[in-house]
Amino acid sequence: MASVTFAPDDRYNAFITTLSEAETGPGRLSGIPVAVKDNISTRGIPTTCASRILAGYIPPYDAHVVTLLKREGAAIVGKTNMDEFGMGTTTENSAFGPTLNPADPTRVPGGSSGGSAAAVASGMVRMALGTDTGGSIRCPAAFCGIVGLKPTYGRVSRYGLIAYANSLEQIGPMARSVEDISLLMEVLTTHDSRDSTTISCPYRHTPDPSVRGLKIGVPEEFFGEGVDPRVAAVVWEAVTRLEQQGAEIVTCRMPSMSFALAAYYVTCTSEASSNLARFDGVRYGPQADTRRPWHESFQDQRREGFGAEVRRRIMLGTFALSSGYYGKYYAKAQAARQQVRNDFVRLFRTVDVIAGPTMPTVAFRLGEKTDPLSMYLSDILTVPANLAGVPAISVPCGTSEGLPVGLQVIGQWFRDEKVIDVAAAYEQGASL
Amino acid sequence: MSDNSATQPASPGMAIDDEVIIGLEIHCQLDTRTKLFCGCSTDYRDDPPNTHVCPICLGLPGSLPRVNLKAVEFSLRVGKALNCGIAHEAEFARKNYFYPDLNKGFQITQYDKPIAVKGYLDIEGEDGEKRVRITRVHMEEDPGRLVHKGGADRPKYTLVDYNRAGIPLIEIVTEPDLRSPKEARRFLNKLRATLEYLGVFDSEKEGSLRVDANISIQPKGWFEREGKGKADRGRVEVKNISSYKGVEKALTFEITRQKNLIRRGQKLETATRHFVETRGVTTSSRSKEMEQDYRYFPEPDLRPLRVCDWAAEIMLPELPDARRARFMEQYCCSPIHARTLTGELKLAEFYEKVADIDTALAATWLADTLLGELNYRDMSIVVVPPEQFRELLELLKEGSVTDKTGVEVLRVLLDQLKETGSCEGPRACVDRLGLRVITATPTLAGEDPVVKAAKEAIAEQPQAVADYLAGRKEALNFLVGQVMKKTRGCAKPGDVNTVLANLLEEG
Ligand SMILES: [Zn+2]
Repeated sequence: MASVTFAPDDRYNAFITTLSEAETGPGRLSGIPVAVKDNISTRGIPTTCASRILAGYIPPYDAHVVTLLKREGAAIVGKTNMDEFGMGTTTENSAFGPTLNPADPTRVPGGSSGGSAAAVASGMVRMALGTDTGGSIRCPAAFCGIVGLKPTYGRVSRYGLIAYANSLEQIGPMARSVEDISLLMEVLTTHDSRDSTTISCPYRHTPDPSVRGLKIGVPEEFFGEGVDPRVAAVVWEAVTRLEQQGAEIVTCRMPSMSFALAAYYVTCTSEASSNLARFDGVRYGPQADTRRPWHESFQDQRREGFGAEVRRRIMLGTFALSSGYYGKYYAKAQAARQQVRNDFVRLFRTVDVIAGPTMPTVAFRLGEKTDPLSMYLSDILTVPANLAGVPAISVPCGTSEGLPVGLQVIGQWFRDEKVIDVAAAYEQGASL
Repeated sequence: MSDNSATQPASPGMAIDDEVIIGLEIHCQLDTRTKLFCGCSTDYRDDPPNTHVCPICLGLPGSLPRVNLKAVEFSLRVGKALNCGIAHEAEFARKNYFYPDLNKGFQITQYDKPIAVKGYLDIEGEDGEKRVRITRVHMEEDPGRLVHKGGADRPKYTLVDYNRAGIPLIEIVTEPDLRSPKEARRFLNKLRATLEYLGVFDSEKEGSLRVDANISIQPKGWFEREGKGKADRGRVEVKNISSYKGVEKALTFEITRQKNLIRRGQKLETATRHFVETRGVTTSSRSKEMEQDYRYFPEPDLRPLRVCDWAAEIMLPELPDARRARFMEQYCCSPIHARTLTGELKLAEFYEKVADIDTALAATWLADTLLGELNYRDMSIVVVPPEQFRELLELLKEGSVTDKTGVEVLRVLLDQLKETGSCEGPRACVDRLGLRVITATPTLAGEDPVVKAAKEAIAEQPQAVADYLAGRKEALNFLVGQVMKKTRGCAKPGDVNTVLANLLEEG
């Protein structure tokens, strides 16, 4: 079997593991180096989720998406850095140190798929897989100036993705061009019956950059409080350009935005508190002290193995699911989630896609976000798509303070093709 | 099943105005070929630990569960057979807790949306036919199994075997409608029979059944007035009962214990206790299981089950009550025989294989004789070859063996089966042991073995002869007994009577 040699200068700390010789074969991705986020299981290659608790864990099986990449001949050249278990917006919460933003190494690349974004943006790989629970593909794509798509929930199998928040997250493509995003989508959407939350809906599509007659909804909330006016201006300009290409711009409201963030954090921390319970030191992580009673040993393992942000979210989620609080938090979050869905259903009766900024600001400086709450707030524009399960893409649309800004396009369920078309339209219009 | 405890009172010495209130939670292993959420085989018996495992049942990071539709179908059969309503939308949920045998840190079970609710099962209660209400039936996976090494009391270390992890279980919860350990036992027997008739359960499999029992003693009629959840006196949950006999034992022990506390005027705390099968006692459990918060929430990796239409299409096989009625009509079985013969699927099937010889003879020999001999030897009906039993019935029907020697032959054959797993043919056995019936010749010739034995008995027992001739007719029975002994039971009792009477009259 042929192989691809991979010897990158990883000055941005984009990778946790690299393979100097990566196998490749015939297929649509033949010979193309692809990076895979380190929460996606790869047989025989350590998969750490950027956590100490998974030190030494080598999956005995490939995630479905990895099988699909290999089937098309892709060379999987490495596993990329991330916020531990996907919990973060900066790729600073990693047991392997922060990843730097290739656009400005004093800044974060965004997160949690920051390693994949940096690997693509710096040219080390042509494409990468990320995962998006509340913006984890779109945020680093915007911060690093590349394209990233969160597919419709249920379009890409999660089998082999180490779960953070099962009901919210999807694996998705990251690349420098919309065309490569489209190519990866063709590969990734082959159905997998092992993920019961998927629907068979293969993506077979060539991006169509015509937006004539397309109705684009622009929610006021996407340009409201908390959004940097300079970023808002860049994105407005991008939206205007789409209008010039023949699209119709419709301003609209998304009232559910006011509680989307709370619904998101209650849901993802609840699910995480359960998903991460298996890391108890019996099967993964450093050898436990067998002389200690099992419950004490479990506590030690978890206290020492998880980073601070992961511990914080496990505790929040454990609290939200506790009896007496379940109704107040988890159940209420699900009701709020339904309202977010309802908002999208209502909007999509009159518009084809929704557009706005991906992130309220440009990339933060390393170490800038010390207060967890202010970091959580920066997810406000990306979480609605995860709560509703709709597809959303981030495409570079210019710069502010010399740093990349992303245009986010959100589409209807299983119309990933449409958001890709709009992104392609912007991309081509911008290059004219 | 024979019920040899039928004559014991439920709880000797209990205050006359108290009654026992029992509810059961029964975990049964569904007899599917593969596990509940993966394709691993459920038949791990005799295989080394951790050989029937995959990323899913090991709970490896990134693996996802996929529901075994056979297990869903089996659960629907159970729900329907227990007269339950099938949920419009059933849902799996996560039960979160830490334990070393728990591969994912949670168990996938059903919580507020079980697959079936509100049914009943009719049993033979203390005072006739009784309806026991079923609260719910839900599906869940079994965790792994801990193997303690280096002594059970103080193990040096513990290993985990995940062969059991992901085995499909159903939990059946009853309302507290049972009033004695005997009723609990009968409920379990009926439930087992029902599950076996449905083809969803194999009671021979290790760990196929586990029972938790809720038990309290309340003033008579209190339960009907107050309902559950408002226990006047404390309620005890006995966990960890893993056999049918164990349930009756554990409950009987617990009733005595609670009754003693009540008599001494002590307060009975609501608590969890564990049944120690080997000692037949329940012990206080220090674990805080009662207070544990399992933080249930819907399993996000599985879609809800919408199976009402499917359930409607499922045809149930003949169940124990229907078969019992049929046995009484088709084979003219007595009610008691019909109940016994249909109380176990294998037994009912066995009966139908041999009934054509003589329905009444087969019923008696199967229900009264064979079952007793099997129980005595702790053997199951499945080891008995029906064709051998047919041959024995034929010998009995044609009069080639007497009832007495028939039992003797049966015992010999069962002993052989227990020892070697096979047995000789009943005809061959009869001939080998010389147990064929001796028929007396009507001429009373001296060489006839019955006449010979009768003459010997008369010569040896002059007192009995004198008594008989003096008019004490019961002396004849004694002489008959002597003759039977001399002919090793092979003579027909009727023949012996006639021969003796004739000889004595001749004087
Ligand atoms: Zn398995």
